[in-house]
Amino acid sequence: MTEERAPSLHVPAPSIRPGDDPDFSHVSIPRAGEVDRPDPATPPEEMRDLAFSIIRVLNRKGEAVGPWASGLDSETLLQGLRDMMKLRIYDARMMTAQRQGKTSFYMQHLGEEAISCAFQRALRKGDMNFPTYRQAGLLIASGYPLVKMMNQVYSNDGDPVRGRQLPVFYSSKEHGFFSISGNLATQYPQAVGWAMAAAIKGDKRLAAAWIGDGSTAESDFHGALVFASTYKPPVILNIVNNQWAISTFQGIARGGAGTFAARGHGFGLPALRVDGNDYLAVHAAATWATERARADLGPTIIEFVTYRAGGHSTSDDPSAYRPKEEGTAWPLGDPILRLKTHLIALGVWSEERHTQAEAEIKAEVVAAQKEAEAIGTLHSGRRPTPRDMFEDVFAEMPPHLIRQRHEVGY
Amino acid sequence: MATEILMPALSPTMEEGTLAKWLVKEGDTVSSGDILAEIETDKATMEFEAVDEGTVGKILVAEGTEAVKVNTPIAVLLDEGESADDIETSSGGDATKSEQAPEPDKPAAQQPQAAPEIKAADTSPDWPEGTAMKQQTVREALRDAMAEEMRRDGDVYLMGEEVAEYQGAYKISQGLLDEFGPKRVIDTPITEHGFTGIAVGAAFGGLKPIVEFMTFNFAMQAIDQIINSAAKTLYMSGGQMGAPMVFRGANGAAARVGAQHSQDYAAWYMQIPGLKVAMPYSASDAKGLLKSAIRDPNPVVFLENEILYGQSFDVPDLDDYTVPFGKARIWREGTDVTIVSFGIGMRYALEAADKLADDGIDAEVIDLRTLRPMDTASILQSVKKTNRCVTVEEGWPQPSVGSYISSVIMQEAFDYLDAPVINCTGKDVPMPYAANLEKHALVTTEEVIEAVKKVTYK
Repeated sequence: MTEERAPSLHVPAPSIRPGDDPDFSHVSIPRAGEVDRPDPATPPEEMRDLAFSIIRVLNRKGEAVGPWASGLDSETLLQGLRDMMKLRIYDARMMTAQRQGKTSFYMQHLGEEAISCAFQRALRKGDMNFPTYRQAGLLIASGYPLVKMMNQVYSNDGDPVRGRQLPVFYSSKEHGFFSISGNLATQYPQAVGWAMAAAIKGDKRLAAAWIGDGSTAESDFHGALVFASTYKPPVILNIVNNQWAISTFQGIARGGAGTFAARGHGFGLPALRVDGNDYLAVHAAATWATERARADLGPTIIEFVTYRAGGHSTSDDPSAYRPKEEGTAWPLGDPILRLKTHLIALGVWSEERHTQAEAEIKAEVVAAQKEAEAIGTLHSGRRPTPRDMFEDVFAEMPPHLIRQRHEVGY
Repeated sequence: MATEILMPALSPTMEEGTLAKWLVKEGDTVSSGDILAEIETDKATMEFEAVDEGTVGKILVAEGTEAVKVNTPIAVLLDEGESADDIETSSGGDATKSEQAPEPDKPAAQQPQAAPEIKAADTSPDWPEGTAMKQQTVREALRDAMAEEMRRDGDVYLMGEEVAEYQGAYKISQGLLDEFGPKRVIDTPITEHGFTGIAVGAAFGGLKPIVEFMTFNFAMQAIDQIINSAAKTLYMSGGQMGAPMVFRGANGAAARVGAQHSQDYAAWYMQIPGLKVAMPYSASDAKGLLKSAIRDPNPVVFLENEILYGQSFDVPDLDDYTVPFGKARIWREGTDVTIVSFGIGMRYALEAADKLADDGIDAEVIDLRTLRPMDTASILQSVKKTNRCVTVEEGWPQPSVGSYISSVIMQEAFDYLDAPVINCTGKDVPMPYAANLEKHALVTTEEVIEAVKKVTYK
């Protein structure tokens, strides 16, 4: 018989804190190309191992290897590289703009650019993303105008959501980007419900849900998985595991239980774990999941393993809770650098062309920024009109709101 | 009553402007939202919209007039049956008023309200007079409303716990699974937060979900999805994505179900911009309002009552009728006091009115039917006649629906009141289980009678 003991509270803690040397030896990383690519129609219980490894395509030499190497043509890959570069430059400009007081708040994607940029390329027009904070690459890769994004961040008179939402809470029905919720995880069951509606209506669109590692603790996540498992609608359930929920490391939401992807197993859902810093792996996994959805084989869970190289937001200083060098020590590397190396290895890209592309994209971003700032920023220029403040509360404006609008002078 | 249309302020600091152009002429009929005129200042030009509907009786300031002071009457709007000859403007109403000396220290925003007064109560019948009636319970009426709308529109579907095979915990969805099948009548797993999120997503995805909560007590878990997502997303997405859907189920106290299962959420949901809220009493209203709710492009919270489910009422024997939101029903006309209620509160209100009649007190009883929009015009019209008001509801007192009604009456009809408004509410305690305590905790007919006697000084 086991000996009785007083209970002890187990509090998970990261292995290192500021002042320690970065150490990712606990992150087990398989070699690129090592993980099998089962047929999308394989029953979930026959591919459970996929939730405990990491699907990788690009190896250290920048070669695309293994069964998940999809043979994307170099033109598509060059476009992918440009998408990621644009997102990174855009982020940098907006971070600076926040420091200059042109907006109150910003959230950057540093290190996570491949996930949303590559995922979008696996979708079709009409598909709908239910994103969270670090998926602006979905917009950029779908050709959404930068100036509109900046207008939203500046909350100026050109803001498509009319000054109603926090910076980076973009929304575009046309570009398949649902309105971002500041109450975390609410979008997860909504994505499943949206996909159920598609299934009920018999149309061929699919939904993609997005959540961070920390928010998987929300009951929304679990409710969404119940419904995904029961009704099997065409939805892809993405978890972006960037290791940190502000200052709380991923072990707090996950506990000691396997991986985030493996949460899907209890619901009978197929679950992939993917190198989130590998553009080709992200695209390949997304394509596999969309194939399942479009063949009426049901939902797929994908955990993208990545690292939040920047702070959570402009209000966060990560040096208080993790070593400053941790980002550079992250073993999956930088997504832009990795795709760039691959393209150079393919012979379709060079350092010179990369430098030139960087300058071109920067000029494009700066031009968009000038255009946005000519309209206005948070505290200057043309701001959203109070006239619009009373619209869209209801589908039709009720008389008392017309009255209130008149009372404030509009 | 003729309504003056006042010169609007384009900004909080605007004091005067040019009436550039009239887009209506005398005799034109306008409705809420129609463009009436163009107003110019040195900074901007603005289209000026009508708040109310009516006929343009008289244009008081000609187009092209400069330096028209904010809040100067510029036109008069007539209600049905009024003639331009009856016009008597309170403030002189001619353009010369705009030449008065300006008050430079007083910004426009602090000046008297620029908008016209609240419109007159709509007292038109809900269905043609002489319509044949049939007896039906509230339960049957709700079922028929859903069935009729599901036949009418293939995008409407019902989901909730026990709604399909079991036909509803309170048997509201009887026969619906048989008629519409398991894709449109969906039994959900037991997670209110989960299935509400699913339904909100389905509404964004183009369907028109009806979400049944076994009782609204369980919707507490889902209130984040109802308020933060369903009610606000149309606004937050800049008008791109809304949630046309209905959240319905039993609300308020039933009998002997204790603290967690006996709560009235009327005052909670009524506060939320973006939500509409209905709380019917009779079967005909339950049916007509639920049909309106299902057709509404906005999210609607539809509060039913378990005790009323089995009560029979006259229901119009019509293939299709709806009851509009924002229109109260006067159940009983009277001259001595106005009793305002809604939902099961109407039971106490009507019982009290009957007993008061025996004592020679003639009560007018108004059933609000919907709480947002709320037909305050009917309340005000009645209070201006009776000069006294008592509100009745089962919910708690701080703040109650009645306390909102009191504030509207105080602001709009203070001079007509001969006594303070009394709010009859439930006691300010969680609902106890024991039968005798439960009875005490709820509002009673005797309390309504006592309140009426107080305000009528009898």
